[in-house]
Amino acid sequence: MSKSNLTRRGVLKTGAVAGAGVALPTIFTSSASAFTNDPGSASTVKFGFNVPQTGPYADEGMDELRAQELAVEHINGMGDGGMLNTFSSKALDGTGLLGKKVEFVTGDTQTKSDAARASAKSMIEKDGVIMINGGSSSGVAIAVQGLCQDAGIIFMAGLTHSNDTTGKDKKRNGFRHFFNAYMSGAALAPVLAKQYGKDRRAYHLTADYTWGWTQEESIAAATEALGWETVQKERTPFGVGDYSSYITPVLNSGADVLILNHYGRDMINSINQAVQFGLRDKMVNGKQFEIVVPLYSELMAEGAGEAIKGVYGSMNWNWQLTDEGTKAFVKSFGEKYGRPPSNSAQTCYVQTVLYADAVARAGSFNPCAVVEALEGFEFDGLGNGPTLYRADDHQCFKDVLVMKGKENPTNQFDILEIVDITPRAQVEYAPDHPMFAGGDLGECNPGA
Amino acid sequence: MDAILLQILNGLDKGSAYAMIALGLTLIFGTLGVVNFAHGALFMIGAFCAVTLNRILNLSYTVVDETQKDFLGNPLKVDVPYVKGIFGDAFGNAIIDWSVPLAILFSIPIMLAVGYAMERGLIKHFYKRPHADQILVTFGLAIVMQEIVKYFFGANPIPTPAPDALKGSIDFGVLVGLDVNAVVYPAWRFVYFCFAALVIGGVFAFLQFTTFGMVVRAGMADRETVGLLGINIDRRFTIMFGIAAAVAGLAGVMYAPINSPNYHMGMDFLVLSFVVVVVGGMGSLPGAVAAGFLLGILESFASMNEVKALLPGIDQIIIYLVAIIILLTRPRGLMGRKGVMED
Amino acid sequence: MFGLDKKDTTLLIVVTALVVLAPFILNPFPADSALAQFNAGYPDLMQRFVIFGIFAIGFNLLFGLTGYLSFGHAAFLGVGSYAAVWMFKLLSYNVVPAIVLAVIVAGLFSVLIGYVSLRRSGIYFSILTLAFAQMSYNLAYSVLTPITNGETGLQVYSNDPQILKGDGPDVTHLFGLEMGSAYTLDIGPWSFVFSAGYYFCAIFMLVAFYLAIRIFRSPFGLMLRAVKSNQQRMAYTGLNTRPYTLAAFVISGMYAGLAGGLMAAMDPLAGAERMQWTASGEVVLMTILGGAGTLIGPVLGAGFIKYFENIFSKINDSVLHQWFSFMPDGMEDFMVFIVHPFIGKGWHLTLGILFMLVVIFLPGGLVEGGQRIAAWLRGRGKKPAGGSGDPEHHPKPAPHVAE
Repeated sequence: MSKSNLTRRGVLKTGAVAGAGVALPTIFTSSASAFTNDPGSASTVKFGFNVPQTGPYADEGMDELRAQELAVEHINGMGDGGMLNTFSSKALDGTGLLGKKVEFVTGDTQTKSDAARASAKSMIEKDGVIMINGGSSSGVAIAVQGLCQDAGIIFMAGLTHSNDTTGKDKKRNGFRHFFNAYMSGAALAPVLAKQYGKDRRAYHLTADYTWGWTQEESIAAATEALGWETVQKERTPFGVGDYSSYITPVLNSGADVLILNHYGRDMINSINQAVQFGLRDKMVNGKQFEIVVPLYSELMAEGAGEAIKGVYGSMNWNWQLTDEGTKAFVKSFGEKYGRPPSNSAQTCYVQTVLYADAVARAGSFNPCAVVEALEGFEFDGLGNGPTLYRADDHQCFKDVLVMKGKENPTNQFDILEIVDITPRAQVEYAPDHPMFAGGDLGECNPGA
Repeated sequence: MDAILLQILNGLDKGSAYAMIALGLTLIFGTLGVVNFAHGALFMIGAFCAVTLNRILNLSYTVVDETQKDFLGNPLKVDVPYVKGIFGDAFGNAIIDWSVPLAILFSIPIMLAVGYAMERGLIKHFYKRPHADQILVTFGLAIVMQEIVKYFFGANPIPTPAPDALKGSIDFGVLVGLDVNAVVYPAWRFVYFCFAALVIGGVFAFLQFTTFGMVVRAGMADRETVGLLGINIDRRFTIMFGIAAAVAGLAGVMYAPINSPNYHMGMDFLVLSFVVVVVGGMGSLPGAVAAGFLLGILESFASMNEVKALLPGIDQIIIYLVAIIILLTRPRGLMGRKGVMED
Repeated sequence: MFGLDKKDTTLLIVVTALVVLAPFILNPFPADSALAQFNAGYPDLMQRFVIFGIFAIGFNLLFGLTGYLSFGHAAFLGVGSYAAVWMFKLLSYNVVPAIVLAVIVAGLFSVLIGYVSLRRSGIYFSILTLAFAQMSYNLAYSVLTPITNGETGLQVYSNDPQILKGDGPDVTHLFGLEMGSAYTLDIGPWSFVFSAGYYFCAIFMLVAFYLAIRIFRSPFGLMLRAVKSNQQRMAYTGLNTRPYTLAAFVISGMYAGLAGGLMAAMDPLAGAERMQWTASGEVVLMTILGGAGTLIGPVLGAGFIKYFENIFSKINDSVLHQWFSFMPDGMEDFMVFIVHPFIGKGWHLTLGILFMLVVIFLPGGLVEGGQRIAAWLRGRGKKPAGGSGDPEHHPKPAPHVAE
């Protein structure tokens, strides 16, 4: 018996197959593998897809699962190959990964850090996964990222928009494909200034937790830089349901733009109720009152219904983009599931493909080799044009979309339209930007 | 002044929802002595009655429109609701538009049936069991109801708009002599408040002025004596359970345009409505209603910027803080009766 | 032995054996088989079993003995976790100061809340505890973020002081023994994991269990049960029951704090959701499900719920297809279709149904189920076995503590 930090069932299995005596404990030492859950000579390798399957973001989680399943199919050479055909790196050839077939396990984060970590740990300890992908909230992403760093596997973050994920909580073993609050502000502010003018007075309603705060800070800074004034920043409790008592003060505050730093159900309720209070019919300071939702998702737009018509927001990606990668992915996803993919689905798909590609390029599953392959990696063909995984903070840089609720939707998926594709240069920032200060990537940890 | 008036309106509106749910809960406590953790789920089912009716009215046949394309580039399929096909465009549209108010009619029989089935099928067997068992079984039932709804409707909130005519807002300020635009309030919330007043009034009138209600009240006060008089009190209590379910369901139906229905909305209300019931005092119907409005209004005031500037975070905890203060100063809540659920 | 009577000694020995051998018992299926999905013998879940076991044992000391139903116990677990993580941040990753402080802080917090809440009884007491816990949760999530790190959860950063750390390890440890370290024993196709963290928690759990038996059997425990059966009569005899109930409340709060401290020791992150009412509700459910007022019940209930949460939520359609792959194609799809709503994203549904089934058919919780099986086995064996039936199969812990 030997001492090791985590179980390595991949090795175990092969060890068992190799013909260990039934009653004799097999002995394997740490030197048998240099990193956590080394698949060794096994014929398969396991990915862990940790998404919310219960709770408010369950539908978002299901869409992420669909996309990840599709990605695994494509990596294993089933289906039409999707974005593998348009991806600028050709290391993946549709024969699995380094000669192994990719399998996956799924888990439920419940959108709670504790449950998400429990699920991730079970994947690492029981199923022997080599990477974890997915998730639908920043709190969960940061919690699981920390866990993966300690355990010595790779984490790809899924939907997480808080600046902290690649700011003060960044980790060497974690990567984020999704954009962040700062980038939302940088992309959205110029469009807003162009549409609504430069002398607007904004009122922020902000979900009272870390993601909300970072978004509020980012959007306020970006709009103020263009001449807007911030009248008030109001915090609302998470999951409050009825926003009336937060909306009524807006009416007579002298503000002429309401910025809703809410996500999911919170946003659906707050925007619906704001519209019911007649905010969008008002004229203030001689200007039409406007509402802005800095972070959009397809499911939110669907849930908010008519309230979002004409409302501006930003998105990481949208199925209506016309580049080749997007078209290939939408076709592949749409044919399998009968609906266009959401932007979190695309994120999870791309992250799975990128991880696999990094393994193929590095020629190893060792997390440190993968980190090296992903750091500073530039590629194209996965939607959003030329993209960079910056080495300094593991944030992905690419074009950001400014969206608007469509006035006359023709079908249930056609609810948002792309207003502007903000070029990557405009949303870039220095790694030591004050909004991202305080963190440290640390060293790459291969575990074991 | 305007701000205070507005917050009072907000509070009345929130209070209406709390009061209706708490009223049903108290009825069940009072009549059956059962702690019903599935009451929030009944509220949620009510809201989904509105969604379901909307879906039924929107049941469609498909026409293929060759001139437009869908997201994969195939010819677009256009759905035409049957209602429009049958009643013509204008009337069909009106029916779909008014689906939420129509859902009131749709939901009453459903909620009565759900309530009746719940009581006869499950709750009946738990009268004599400890409260802890009642909590466990009704909590299990609530989860099952939620998950069934989630299976069919998904987890994402479903937009359920109010009729166009009631979507706008009303300028109350002008009505009471204030400036134009000083107190603007959404029409639907006003409707909700009036509706709640009507339902609550109806329940009280029913209990106060009908023989049935009299017997139920007598049964609440002393079940055994009423039973000794040869009255089948159980049957009436079953009906009261149905009514309590219907009240929760109606609260949910009309709440759908304010808070887009999602499968979890019942749990969000459950804890709050228990707090309301207990602050009102166990076994007291007027207490539950009063506490509902009181907590609703206080919650609204606590979220005013001026108040929050003095006490940061007060809006997050106000309901619980008030509950603690009231329970410490008045041992049985506002109007609780002695000996009910005290041990 | 240890001042326990024969029955209790047997119970303690059986529980000790189960806990010590858990890595074997929980991993009955070979690692390669399709049923390996049901194996629960990996460190994280085993740790959760015993930690939530401690939490539920403590809760049962209050609820099972006095009948006071606290709906805010998760708050104590939460403050315990926060206290422990702060110790990691300030001192070092050594778990001893963290756990000690967790218990102390939770104890103080429960004195405060208990003193106020115990002025009322029945549902008024429940709502008071609920209100305190919800206030703690809401504040921890938002306003108190400087102390709790809010949504993200409190964790240790590399720039934290950690004044006693020196060259110590960068993970939680007991004087150098890392909590994450594990031995893996490989026997044929089976593999068994022995985790240091698990056994560390298990020792605490056994001590907690032993103390609970002692309290149940003590004059103090008798007094608490008297409070439950008729508090008024106690008051008429001139006895002030408040100090007794407060003591029970604080002890049970300290158990919760211990559980919280251990959770942080196994995984140094403390999130605010630990204090939410759903978490408080969960321990109530665990206790009732297992059998309130029994010694072993709460532990069984805790294991039951955590098992479903962690095992059933991970079964997905491709796993199902694997299971049913021996069937003809149509049949396979049909079975997957039937089972699909109950697994993966539907694990809540399965749990809800099981709650209802257990409480409907086993009024005394899982413990009663165990008793019935034991009685049935005895009945099948020798008729006149009487009360002294075979203790090896199923200890019979309930009767002497039944209400």
